[in-house]
Amino acid sequence: MTTSAIKVEGIGKLYRLEHAATRSTTFRDALTRMASAPLRRFQRLSGSEATLEDFWALKDVSFDVKPGEVVGIIGRNGAGKSTLLKVLSRIVEPTCGQATMWGRVASLLEVGTGFHPELTGRENIYLNGSILGMRKREIDAQFDAIVDFSEIERFLDTPVKRYSSGMYVRLAFAVAAHLHPEILIVDEVLAVGDAEFQKKCLGKMKQVSAGGDRTVLFVSHNMAAVRGLCARGIWLKDGQVAMDGPAEGVVQSYLQATADAASTRVEFRRPSGSALWIKKAEIAFDGTSSVAAPMGSEIVLSVDFESEIPIKHPRLGFVVQTLEGEKLFQSNNRYQPSPQFELPVSTGTITCSLGAPPFMPGMYVVSLWLGDTAADHHVALEAMVFEITEKDLWGNGQIPPRVTPMWWPTTFSFSALDSNLLRTTSDTYKSS
Amino acid sequence: MISATPHDHEVRRLVIRPRSGWIAIDWRELWESRELLYFLVLRDVKVRYKQTVLGVAWAVLQPLFTMLIFTLIFGRFAKIPSDGVPYALFVFAGLLPWTFFSNNISQASMSLMNQQTLLTKIYLPRLFIPSSSIGSGLIDLLVSFGVFAMLMIYYRVGLGPGVLVVPFLVLMTAAASLGIGLWLAALIVTYRDFRYVVPFLVQSWMYLSPVIYPVSMVPAKWQPLLAINPMAGIIDGFRSALLGLPWNYTTIGISSVSSILLLAFGLGYFRKTERSFADVA
Repeated sequence: MTTSAIKVEGIGKLYRLEHAATRSTTFRDALTRMASAPLRRFQRLSGSEATLEDFWALKDVSFDVKPGEVVGIIGRNGAGKSTLLKVLSRIVEPTCGQATMWGRVASLLEVGTGFHPELTGRENIYLNGSILGMRKREIDAQFDAIVDFSEIERFLDTPVKRYSSGMYVRLAFAVAAHLHPEILIVDEVLAVGDAEFQKKCLGKMKQVSAGGDRTVLFVSHNMAAVRGLCARGIWLKDGQVAMDGPAEGVVQSYLQATADAASTRVEFRRPSGSALWIKKAEIAFDGTSSVAAPMGSEIVLSVDFESEIPIKHPRLGFVVQTLEGEKLFQSNNRYQPSPQFELPVSTGTITCSLGAPPFMPGMYVVSLWLGDTAADHHVALEAMVFEITEKDLWGNGQIPPRVTPMWWPTTFSFSALDSNLLRTTSDTYKSS
Repeated sequence: MISATPHDHEVRRLVIRPRSGWIAIDWRELWESRELLYFLVLRDVKVRYKQTVLGVAWAVLQPLFTMLIFTLIFGRFAKIPSDGVPYALFVFAGLLPWTFFSNNISQASMSLMNQQTLLTKIYLPRLFIPSSSIGSGLIDLLVSFGVFAMLMIYYRVGLGPGVLVVPFLVLMTAAASLGIGLWLAALIVTYRDFRYVVPFLVQSWMYLSPVIYPVSMVPAKWQPLLAINPMAGIIDGFRSALLGLPWNYTTIGISSVSSILLLAFGLGYFRKTERSFADVA
């Protein structure tokens, strides 16, 4: 019927990354920079110091979305997904290119934007609804449905600062779910809230998108959600469209590419402006470094770091997730007991023994955070990828189906009251 | 055959492209989202009075105490003249627009920094964020007018027809403070240390404005220069309107023009820098 709902033509977004020495967040810095500008220009001409680093968060992105299409945008962290949504939401201005949208646009990059903790649930419904672009009479008309969906009617007149985080998210999503724009732009807001409510939200989104005339752009790390909701997928890689087509195929290619890029030995460049950084990270299975290992392997993660200022208490955290983006577990010596260096050091290695995590066969992704006692200095999201292969762990030829990403080492014991059969069996299966 | 393109019906078309230079104000957008401004003002007002034990009493007590201290120190001890009216009334008539003006500047200038998610997580007419601060300031001003009325009754001073000019003077105060507030809000988002300048600026400004002293204390040839400060003419006008003192049309005229110029400057600067707010916030 109509030609397009969203037309994106050659959109680019340039960020100028300034090194710590030249970044000005205070006016004093700006003045100092202004004063030293001629000197820096000279230095740049003579090539002695590059102070600015151009970074294209988006580069020549073009696509066309038909009315009623539901498009999933996928890609690794830093691929430009959020920047694209911010450009299309008019939050940031593109550096070049043009995007045209036909219809009322609503964007949902965060749940509960503008919620005020002192105000009651009722007051926040009106405030948030109005921030999201709803008219008062629309909110009036939807009010009961919003309250119903959020399941918080008993606390409607309680300030939201007294809400549990679950209630807060439910109320915030309920308001957003009752927006009726022609074009809906959604960032990964479903990553919050309890599983049951997430399911309800996905259901609501499905209902919204099945309505036919609603165009939806949806960014997610959750491949299951993208497969379930979207007919079409756009894969962004380094700020550019790597693939655009039916969601299933795009998700497949994306997962394949991530798996192909599996690496358990990664060297890092010092992030600009960082005083403490990861030089190298490595995962070893049963003492040897490889990208794949059988189920039940002992895993050791080691991280070589360097610090500008010698440091006694480096803090390392990591999160392991599935390729589809489901987070499995975390560890961090910010909270867990850990040794310390006796004297401050400027280079060192942190070794983490994970034991033998009960992974099922599949691909797993590791993100790293390195910092000191005050803050994180180097964040390397989805930095490493490894594969776990099948193994007959218990020597009985049984390999459980992959219902969950992990199995669990369990001690089974049986007991019965029947006197003739009174017998207790116990056995432990461990993978060593 | 009919080919229905989206351009045919009432479908809104939104074009996003890089812009540069001075950007005009989108009055249509502001008008269409006027309800948002209403809810933002409502939020500020509710939050202001919700968590305080004394609630609205603060709006009464704050100017009352300031007036008492000023009367004691500047009226009694320093014996600053007050054009023949009781000093308490004189200083309160000046504090009415001054408190409104200075609170607006403090609130508006911090508004963007304190509500960064409204810049980085959503698009809305950002002019509303500092502007909504003026709304709650207006409520405080109304309460203060009530206190002033009691004071007039106490001193048995009647109101003249000059009171009809008050809405105009309030409008000029709002214009001047919004202009400065918009400018500072945009500066503070980019350069955080400007927030330390605000209290100092407001305090110095008070001494440059005839809050505790009458304009008549300033040599006549300097009065037009003083009136470049919009608060000079406005405070003087407030006293003429409420206390029946003689009108000084020159100062009010100059001050009104400079109020409007300040607003225009603030709006222009805000619009020019607005498009990079989300990048720097």
